[in-house]
Amino acid sequence: MTIIEITDIFASYGPVPVLVGVDFSLAQGEILALLGRNGVGKTTLLRVLIGLIKPTRGRISMAGQDLTGLPSHRIAKMGVAYVPQGRGIFPKLTVFENLMVGTRAQTGKKRVIPEEIFTYFPILKDRLDQPGGTLSGGEQQMLALGRALCGRPKLLLLDEPSEGIQPSIVQQLGVLIPEIVKTEGVSVLLVEQNLDLALRAAQRCLVMEKGSIVHEGHPDDFNDDKVVKKYLAI
Amino acid sequence: MSQVLLSAKGLKMSFGGVKAVNHVDLDLAGDELLCIIGPNGAGKTTLLNLFTGILRPQAGAISFAGRAMVGRPLYEYARRGIIRKFQVPSVFSEMSIKQNLEVALLGVGAGGAEAGAVDEILELIGLRSQADQTMADELAHGQKQWLEIGMALICRPKVLLLDEPASGMTKEETRKLAEMLLDLDHLSTIVIEHDMAFVRTLNSRTVVMHNGEIIRDDQFSVIEQDPLVGDIYLGRQ
Repeated sequence: MTIIEITDIFASYGPVPVLVGVDFSLAQGEILALLGRNGVGKTTLLRVLIGLIKPTRGRISMAGQDLTGLPSHRIAKMGVAYVPQGRGIFPKLTVFENLMVGTRAQTGKKRVIPEEIFTYFPILKDRLDQPGGTLSGGEQQMLALGRALCGRPKLLLLDEPSEGIQPSIVQQLGVLIPEIVKTEGVSVLLVEQNLDLALRAAQRCLVMEKGSIVHEGHPDDFNDDKVVKKYLAI
Repeated sequence: MSQVLLSAKGLKMSFGGVKAVNHVDLDLAGDELLCIIGPNGAGKTTLLNLFTGILRPQAGAISFAGRAMVGRPLYEYARRGIIRKFQVPSVFSEMSIKQNLEVALLGVGAGGAEAGAVDEILELIGLRSQADQTMADELAHGQKQWLEIGMALICRPKVLLLDEPASGMTKEETRKLAEMLLDLDHLSTIVIEHDMAFVRTLNSRTVVMHNGEIIRDDQFSVIEQDPLVGDIYLGRQ
């Protein structure tokens, strides 16, 4: 079942075109990695999907509903969660308060932090009363992931979740992301420069170049150095 | 090895009950490249905050070129040549690439001193072709990293402190950054990084922090084989 369908999306910063006709769809329970060099439009695409940037053309629909041009809070309520690069946690709020903000995207009346969050990220339980800003960079990344899951999203947009995280936990993320997908039934669009993590977690890969998708393939394709050179080398 | 440039003795810094930096002694020689690795929350960034004067240690001393630094104003750290790149790239988003570099020059009181400096750095960080028209805000994360590294280098640092410079960079860019750091002369560099391919390429002296303390101090090739470091940090490789 298709969870989100992106058709012919264009976006620009002022006169500078950044996305020039992006097309793809994502199935329920799928982990799709979005790869590509720096500055090709990956983050811009995520920001369009969560409504922070309005596309100049094209259509985004989720389970049949058109969400093109809707404000971010409406898109979040429809089940899209975004973990931005640089984390974007609230430094002055405690870990508990940060997670409670995440629950605002839940649809039910009573908002609670799902207990699984602490199974995935035990460190958050130890730090509930600590201001978010006093966590280390890697802990903040876990908080940002946990906060996104608090909304019980259908689609999770992850922008470089491995950033700032120690190697052993990046390895765990490679296992944890598929596990979360399986347990929560969520779909994931994963932007990641850590190729090992992206290829371990994803079932399908898209490569972006100059604002459009130029390659679609299986993670195994990227074991071939020629493919990596063609699409990802400077 | 040349003589000690930056030295920490008995540094201590706690937040609430958390001992972020606990009894840290560290000497850095002139021209030395040092990597700091360790688990999330080990105190690495806090240590850089102490070295740059952003935090004042609760105990201990820092000396730079023989001068006691604790308690001096922030700008004095910068003007004496202790220059830092933050973990989350900190650039002026509504200024062009070139203007960002010019502002960095002003910060160390070298405004207008060297007309060629900006061009030289633009070449080095690979952002020359878009320097005038592109606002920093429009850059991808990895490119912002390069810009901030450029802003640090243009200050002609004596000690360059880089907090996770490779994050958001592609593999190729990371390799390019490692080559650049190995080529830099006449300055000492401290790099915090979780990208082990990068640290392996540098293969320099590496310090491992854990729970606020330095638990290892050796060449990376030795550190990498250490079973304790494997357990607490590296995982299975």
